[in-house]
Amino acid sequence: MSAWDLWWWVILPYLALATFVVGHVWRWRYDQFGWTSRSTQLQERVLLKWGSPLFHYGTFAAIAGHVIGILIPESFTHALGIPETAYRWFSSAAGTVAALGVIIGVAMLAYRRTVIPKVRATTSPVDWVALVLLGIVIVLGIIPTIGVNLLGGGYDYRESVALWFRGLFAGNPDVAAITHAPLIYQIHATAAWAILAVWPFTRLVHAWSYPLWYLWRPFIVYRSRVPAPPSEPGTSGRRWRRIGVRY
Amino acid sequence: MRVMAQVAMVMNLDKCIGCHTCSVTCKQTWTNRPGSEYMWFNNVETKPGVGYPRRYEDQERFKGGWTLNRRGKLKLKAGGRLHKLLTIFYNPELPSLDDFYEPWTYDYEQLTTAPLSDDLPSAHPKSQLTGRDMAPSAGPNWDDDLAGAPEHATADPNLTGLSEQVRMEFEQAFMFYLPRICEHCLNPSCVASCPSGAMYKREEDGIVLVDQDRCRGWRFCVSGCPYKKVYFNHRTGKAEKCTFCYPRIEAGQPTICSETCVGRLRHLGVMLYDADAVLAAASVPDDTDLYEAQLSVFLDPHDPDVQAQAERDGIAHDWIQAAQRSPAYALIKQHRVALPLHPEYRTMPMVWYVPPLSPVTDAVHATGYHDDDPDQVFAAIESLRIPMEYLANLFTAGDTRPVERVLRTLTVLRTHMRAQQLGDPIDDELLSSVDMAADDVEDLYRTLAIAKYDERYVIPKVHAEDTGSLQAQHCSVGYPDPVTAPSTHAADTLAATGGGSQFRDDDGRVRFNLLGWNATTRAPNLFGEGGR
Repeated sequence: MSAWDLWWWVILPYLALATFVVGHVWRWRYDQFGWTSRSTQLQERVLLKWGSPLFHYGTFAAIAGHVIGILIPESFTHALGIPETAYRWFSSAAGTVAALGVIIGVAMLAYRRTVIPKVRATTSPVDWVALVLLGIVIVLGIIPTIGVNLLGGGYDYRESVALWFRGLFAGNPDVAAITHAPLIYQIHATAAWAILAVWPFTRLVHAWSYPLWYLWRPFIVYRSRVPAPPSEPGTSGRRWRRIGVRY
Repeated sequence: MRVMAQVAMVMNLDKCIGCHTCSVTCKQTWTNRPGSEYMWFNNVETKPGVGYPRRYEDQERFKGGWTLNRRGKLKLKAGGRLHKLLTIFYNPELPSLDDFYEPWTYDYEQLTTAPLSDDLPSAHPKSQLTGRDMAPSAGPNWDDDLAGAPEHATADPNLTGLSEQVRMEFEQAFMFYLPRICEHCLNPSCVASCPSGAMYKREEDGIVLVDQDRCRGWRFCVSGCPYKKVYFNHRTGKAEKCTFCYPRIEAGQPTICSETCVGRLRHLGVMLYDADAVLAAASVPDDTDLYEAQLSVFLDPHDPDVQAQAERDGIAHDWIQAAQRSPAYALIKQHRVALPLHPEYRTMPMVWYVPPLSPVTDAVHATGYHDDDPDQVFAAIESLRIPMEYLANLFTAGDTRPVERVLRTLTVLRTHMRAQQLGDPIDDELLSSVDMAADDVEDLYRTLAIAKYDERYVIPKVHAEDTGSLQAQHCSVGYPDPVTAPSTHAADTLAATGGGSQFRDDDGRVRFNLLGWNATTRAPNLFGEGGR
């Protein structure tokens, strides 16, 4: 294992994970005001109507697929009696449906964000970074799903990428497994770590605020006016911008 | 019975001259920040007209407010909780910015930097969303004073059901102004629509607010409010709404729209209501019963039983006293001349309106009679179906009887006061036609016509006796730390004039607490007095 491999497949993932965790703690404590989905439906609704649900529901399916394919070991599905061909058929078929949803959705969303001036104006620099990384991850995830597993000969990432990925969480990453994987999987994985690293600093944090609690809480919320101590100077987080200051 | 208090507003529409001062001062106070350009927490609409945002009253399209399900239970018109979570990525009922308008400013710099030329330089409109040139095609008062009425006024949702010919006559017959703020409803559908639980109704004064730190920008409050008085800040991605100027209300001052109202048409006062009765009142089967149902929720602050229960429910004594002097209570419940705006939305709104008599008197004028003659006005009230039905569509879910009763009362008020001033005998028959005694009419006259500042705005201060110690923690240099030694301030607070207070510090010296001091009086003992 070279120092290069060590950096790329061990240190970088752990750095990204650490940034992910610490970044979220910091953002949650410091920047409740900036924690929002920052919807642009007000500015543009025709493309969003199809693009946004396609992208979000497609992404949910893709995440579920990654849990099945990467987090659940191959031995487990074998023990259940699911043959490799059946797994391969299911993963490529379901993966293709999810991939089509994601790619069509993200294409519409990327178009409106880059081309429609009202939407473009709301995009902060770090959102551009997240958008580019998302684009890389999605395209490099879809090429193997459709090009290799559906149309091509197939590649069993469960015996390479998955071993390394699960090893990271066990504290014993199998670097050799990932270094022998095709380049496309390597870039896909690296871009994914990069997204996790920038995640807490972008609007992607809204994913953790999906309001499931709404299903149970009472409709009308009452709160009493509690006196709050004024916050110490410099600790109150992001606030209203002064007039004339750009976001 | 669970007694709660709410600071409510009543607007007397006959006195509104449509000057927009309320809107402008409100905007200067609250919505002059980036992203809030298109927000008008207070706006003044010309009626008939489309309103702001355009056709907001069309709930078949925007699905705001509540409705009854098949079993007669109250539900959000836009769909239930699961439906909201599933449509969270695209909210089908959200108005687009086109329903408001694209905010713009002007390129004023061009006026001073343009090269010398024979032509006067002009300031081009620039979009405040993109910074690009634009041609404004809509605005917050695009149909002000019936401008473009053939196009805009006939699109007024309140005119649906009236025939085309009637619409045009109506538009030529009269107009009036409708100032609107957030209704701070007893049963707020925006609060119920917020998936994050960021919106809440304050227990002390009923003001509905958005917690900007908890809002996640899911924007269901915007579509959930039938009055479209929650706005989405397109720069911060957070919801914003009329705050009822809560910092001013807490200090016992009227909202800025009331304070600056040129016509002095706004009244502010405490309403006591039975919180346990709200849901049942909002669920009555017939839309036209909602006005009476909401009236039944309000409690009489002069009733000893209500007072006792209010004390038990933690309402301060000065708030109960304020409720007894409340002009809102007088106009809404005692004299019953104020009506709620669109009770059929079932949100139990708390900004009420005295409907305008001027449409009727205008019509009497147009037929060549004098509007001093109550018989002519009564006849007009009976025969003029158009303004009656229109006003009823606004204020009583289409039932013209309450509107007629209010307009008769206002007519009797005018006639009685005119007779009194001219020394004519009191017409008891006229008074009994609206079931009022001369004292009642004169009391109503005082409230509507000559009430001074402290009679129009009866607002008890918030009870925040314990905030001083928290506020003082940043000025503890040389003073005892209020957090570690809280007893020093809380126990020894002495009243002082001008809103400030005095306290005895550890050294036994009396000092002046500047918190709440309004600078109209001296600040005695600012540097410590007596003691060691």
